[in-house]
Amino acid sequence: MDLDPVLLSRIQFAFVVSFHAIFPVFTIGLASFIAFLETCAYRTGNPLYTRLSKFWIKVFAVVFGMGVVSGIVMSFQFGTNWSNFAQATANFLGPVLSYEVVTAFFLEAAFLGILLFGRGRVPGGIYLLAAFMVAIGTFISSFWILAANSWMHTPAGTVMENGMHQVTAWGEAIFNPSFWYRFAHMGLASFLTGAFVVASLSAWFLLKGREVEANRRALSLCLWLLLVIAPAQLWVGDLHGLNTLEHQPTKVAAMEGNWETSSNVPLLLFAWPDQQAQTNHWELGIPGLASLILKHDTEGVVPGISAVPKDEQPPVGIVFWSFRVMVGLGMLMIAFAVAGLLLRPGGRYWRSRWFLKGLVPMGVAPFIAVLAGWFVTEMGRAPWLVYGQMTHAEGVTPSLTGGMALFSLIGYIVVYALVFTAGLYYLSRVFQAGLEEASGDGEHAEAEHAKRPFSAAHVPLEQQGGHA
Amino acid sequence: MEPFDLTLIWAGIVAFGVIMYVLMDGFDLGVGILFPLAPDEESRDLMMNSVAPVWDGNETWLVLGGTGLLAAFPMVYTIMLPALYIGVFLMLAGLIFRGIAFEFRFKANRSRWLWNLAFAGGSTLAAFAQGMVVGKYIEGINTADGVFVGGPLDFITPFTLLTGVGLVAGYALLGSTWTLMKTEGVTRQWAQRMARPLLLMVLAVFGLISFWTPIVDQAVYERWFSTLHVIWVLPALALFCAWKIWQGIGHNREGTPFVFTMGLFVFTYLGLLVSKWPYVVPPEITLYDAASAWESQLFLLLGLLFVIPIVLTYTAWTYWVFRGKVRAGDGYH
Repeated sequence: MDLDPVLLSRIQFAFVVSFHAIFPVFTIGLASFIAFLETCAYRTGNPLYTRLSKFWIKVFAVVFGMGVVSGIVMSFQFGTNWSNFAQATANFLGPVLSYEVVTAFFLEAAFLGILLFGRGRVPGGIYLLAAFMVAIGTFISSFWILAANSWMHTPAGTVMENGMHQVTAWGEAIFNPSFWYRFAHMGLASFLTGAFVVASLSAWFLLKGREVEANRRALSLCLWLLLVIAPAQLWVGDLHGLNTLEHQPTKVAAMEGNWETSSNVPLLLFAWPDQQAQTNHWELGIPGLASLILKHDTEGVVPGISAVPKDEQPPVGIVFWSFRVMVGLGMLMIAFAVAGLLLRPGGRYWRSRWFLKGLVPMGVAPFIAVLAGWFVTEMGRAPWLVYGQMTHAEGVTPSLTGGMALFSLIGYIVVYALVFTAGLYYLSRVFQAGLEEASGDGEHAEAEHAKRPFSAAHVPLEQQGGHA
Repeated sequence: MEPFDLTLIWAGIVAFGVIMYVLMDGFDLGVGILFPLAPDEESRDLMMNSVAPVWDGNETWLVLGGTGLLAAFPMVYTIMLPALYIGVFLMLAGLIFRGIAFEFRFKANRSRWLWNLAFAGGSTLAAFAQGMVVGKYIEGINTADGVFVGGPLDFITPFTLLTGVGLVAGYALLGSTWTLMKTEGVTRQWAQRMARPLLLMVLAVFGLISFWTPIVDQAVYERWFSTLHVIWVLPALALFCAWKIWQGIGHNREGTPFVFTMGLFVFTYLGLLVSKWPYVVPPEITLYDAASAWESQLFLLLGLLFVIPIVLTYTAWTYWVFRGKVRAGDGYH
């Protein structure tokens, strides 16, 4: 079997970007949570909020650090594996991606250090400002990344000249037709991720009876937040879907598993798409519901996958199932948010052990949902790299051989497996140490000006034993 | 239609960014390269502590360099990275390992030796790969229609292996003179012993490269031997720096060897730039061929003009806060 450099490069990009994405999607939500806690602490003077904030800042530091390390790899991927794409789009993507780096650079230079090490060394108001600036900064970073990504889905504001896209209108290119939908959808996803991780860990602490007062407060905050954003995400996701229907009908057809353009299309709960035969096996669906959702009319006409030739179709099975994983988890999140409300009377939301036990694994759900969502939108664009303008095969590095791509793919998998196992293991140690450890320090030496993410956490890597 | 030459300004910015990266990440990579040779574990603690506050700031220049190149000189980015595909991967893997080792070594007890290994190995690998990038740039890259043509292992040649060794030695020299400046006692004495042999090694490799290049490259030969005599001031200044380093090591001058090692790098770097000007991907592609659109260069420049001074101020402030000797006990944990 021949090694296909295009396929291997796609797998490699999916691997490194998925690995990278789980960190920022968490830190964006967490940064806002920390800013909120700091605001409460500043206004009420209640030390409970400070205790919570101290702990979550430590977690933030470690995750941010891993995001930076995995981000270094990303800035070289376009050149090594997608050089034709990089060359063609450099006039737009180059400055936009650079602005993301510059934002992160600026953020780290000015405010992250204060947030991690400045407590008690700078006035309370300045500290609060730093917390807000870090939260805003994470959003600005995602703004640039999503501008670049959205443009690849719905290119605008550029014209092709001499083999390169020339930007004719920066505003149109950055705020391209799918940008705001993607930005809102991703922003809410980040909040969902932050809220469920905090809720999950608070539930875990509560089950162990640790720091009950503070963790109960954190859980309560998260459940109120989830009650608003979990349903809001459903609504924004629907709007995003309608926007996709307008610009990338084939992707929506693949999400619905709908092969032939027709009216009264069912919403499929289960099916096994067969790309070869251009049909589904074992369909189970609700009649007319897909038409109703997409066209707001059970007789509405929904586009089919077969409307485009086979070689312009995305891999339907992956898109179809990733979409169901995402939506299914989203529904589960809404269920937990509603259950949290129903359990409010008498404070049962933090006393009911079954509810807490259910919440603990939900900390992983948003990460899976986010990755599944990205699989839908990115695989659903295939075979296009820049929608309608450049395919994956056209964008790949011409000199790249299958052997090289396989070498680097295996290499990245090995490196990431080693490095991030260590990172996640360390994170679990920080979790175990909990709030009790976090509130103990604060008087470490001046040398803590180090201002590096991990040095904000003082938890040893291994279990007790050996010398320090 | 273009009121001023942004490509030239961007060439200046990128050239500045590259030398900033080389000098700043150079000494902390150098500390990593020298790590296994350090006299004892306490010296290793001191060495790591001396670079701990600054190393990640140093490395962000590399990320900015990557995307900045894509924005301003996309063709350099899209030719160099494919041509050095394997090398770039090895460099990134090296940087990741050493970055993580930085974070975990201080928190580890039993597994400390493993993190030492990751730190030293990662630093050396990254430095060697960067040296090969420089070598490939000097040698030139085969292109057709602005696209790299050639095989995955083309970048491994006797010359790039030499430049790889050269940069490892150069970074180690930066690392040793940095350690000399930042530590006391046994560690400092050891760094002092290391510095002179390293300087000789660097001079040998740099000298070899300087003789080799004009012989294999007609354009470089003509630049140095017929057109531009004034540029001979650069190697002269580099040699002057080398002499000052040698002297400084002997006379117990704390900062002198480090400062002049930076000087040695700067003048060698400038010598390299004038040899190749205006080619950014020798032998054929000039900076104007490789440039992105004027509007794109302008769009990013506006942001950089705002941010770069802040970053430089912050960087200077960090180094100021951590000035002076690193002592046992005020490790940052």
